Amino acid sequence: MSEITPDLVRHLASLARILVTDEEVEKLAGELGVIVDSVAKVNEATSGDVLPTSHPIPMTNVMRDDEIRPSLTQEQALSGAPDSEEGRFKVAAILDEE
Amino acid sequence: MSELVTKSASELAELIKSKEVSSKEVTETFFDRATDLNHLTLSYLHLNRETALAAAEAADKAQSEGKSLSPLHGVPIAMKDVLATQDAPSTAGSKILEGWIPPYDATVTKKVRAAGMPIIGKTNMDEFAMGSSTEFSAYGPSKNPWDLTRIPGGSGGGSSSAVSGHLAPLATGSDTGGSIRYPAAVTGSVGAKPTYGAVSRYGVIALASSLDQIGPVANTVLDAALLQDVIAGYDPMDSTSIVESLGSMADAVRTADITGLKVGVVKQLSSDGFQPGVKACFDDTVAKLSAAGAEVVEVDCPSFEYAVAAYYLILPAEASSNLARYDSVRFGMRVMPEGNPTIERVMAATREAGFGPEVKRRIILGTYALSSGYYDAYYGSAQKVRTLIQQDLAAAFSKADVLVTPTAPTTAFKLGEKLDDPLAMYLNDIATIPANLAGIPGISVPNGLAHEDSLPSGVQILAPAKQDAQMYRVASLIEQMYVGEWGAPLISKVPVLEAQNG
Repeated sequence: MSEITPDLVRHLASLARILVTDEEVEKLAGELGVIVDSVAKVNEATSGDVLPTSHPIPMTNVMRDDEIRPSLTQEQALSGAPDSEEGRFKVAAILDEE
Repeated sequence: MSELVTKSASELAELIKSKEVSSKEVTETFFDRATDLNHLTLSYLHLNRETALAAAEAADKAQSEGKSLSPLHGVPIAMKDVLATQDAPSTAGSKILEGWIPPYDATVTKKVRAAGMPIIGKTNMDEFAMGSSTEFSAYGPSKNPWDLTRIPGGSGGGSSSAVSGHLAPLATGSDTGGSIRYPAAVTGSVGAKPTYGAVSRYGVIALASSLDQIGPVANTVLDAALLQDVIAGYDPMDSTSIVESLGSMADAVRTADITGLKVGVVKQLSSDGFQPGVKACFDDTVAKLSAAGAEVVEVDCPSFEYAVAAYYLILPAEASSNLARYDSVRFGMRVMPEGNPTIERVMAATREAGFGPEVKRRIILGTYALSSGYYDAYYGSAQKVRTLIQQDLAAAFSKADVLVTPTAPTTAFKLGEKLDDPLAMYLNDIATIPANLAGIPGISVPNGLAHEDSLPSGVQILAPAKQDAQMYRVASLIEQMYVGEWGAPLISKVPVLEAQNG
């Protein structure tokens, strides 16, 4: 039985900054429950002494020379912005008024 | 239908090189066909005649000056919409990026342009490459040219339908769990996922960074090899890019030889769960390899049983992090809620409106898998499964040069058939996912039509990491066996698409 409750879905959606309707919450709780029950079997496969793999091809730290190279102009960087002002990204208030 | 559109990319390149046709003539022919037929297949999200023909004219000019920029000089190509193109919208099939024109080209886009290849347009895909059918594209599903009521695979169904329907001679794809190989299998075309790091991911709209790889979509193994040669290579802009050259895939195809070849059949991916017609095609491929002199051995990969589960933890975890960038600030959509909202409310409203159902599902699943208290049980265990799969493959490759499996469990299913069952949709990638988890190369090659529905089936060839050349050699041998039997590639049997009202 899954532990994915509607309240948990609401909490996760808020962490992921996605507004969800009550209807979506109910639907997602059911769907995610089925998926989580299915993927939870990864626990059966592993024991403590297996090392995790984060990347398929082993790599050591990748360094490059600290050289100036071409980059986007301010205009290019702002070209896709929904709103900008005086060469900066413009956003709504960060904090509530109170 | 012009004779040109059924020619392979390598044949077109020869015709252009010998000046029997111009790049402009070829590009215009494909462009016009794509424009006429796109309402049937919805292969393309964006077509731009002006930029395509300008690039073709430039290729012709270079050619007339004796400059051939690559073995595919002048051959047009379709680009999956996951690749940044600074002269065309790049949306990854999502509403949240509708109309976004990137200020730079992806490295792959740059390489394609530098090879003298005109870009016809951008191809449709499941939103952010999450899906196996293109039904999760925010702009509507692509259709399979073999049967327009069926899916062309996903996420790269735009590219697979464009190439198999002769709306482009070549295309690019991105493969995170099978998004190049699965669409190739169900459309009777060829699709390859190179070794992780063989092709730059710079300028690729990221899904899961430790799994994503760009690769070729084509109608023949040689065409795929030629395109991989164009797009592969070290790129300092991608820190996971492989430094050493993996050699020429086209040379590998041209020197393919079966002598001494050992082929492994994966016990876990050769019997249960495959449609009988797909299984029959696969058994036939194995029998042909054996008859041609290859040694066939069975290999055991017990951890493959956990591959799909591990994948659907690792992918959502990485995607939930990668897709955090769609925050309504620097690019893409912004939705302003009523009143005087804070930026957090703007983000939440934007992401609600801009993301489709599968993307929301996976972001929330990934957020769960990474959350405190669950991390070790889910994400941590999934990463350990990844190690076990690599160990299984290392053992398998100690007994065989390459492994073969059916690419997909079934032939193309009907549009809508699996849309409401996420888990059923995920299982389409059961045979392709292990390669992404292990970073090894894989390719799908047509191996017949399934007897119950006369739809294409594909065989997947897997090789050890960085041995893409070996994979292409065996793919070419299998292709030659079938072309020898059929007298022509499978794609010659695809129904001819005709424009409606035209």
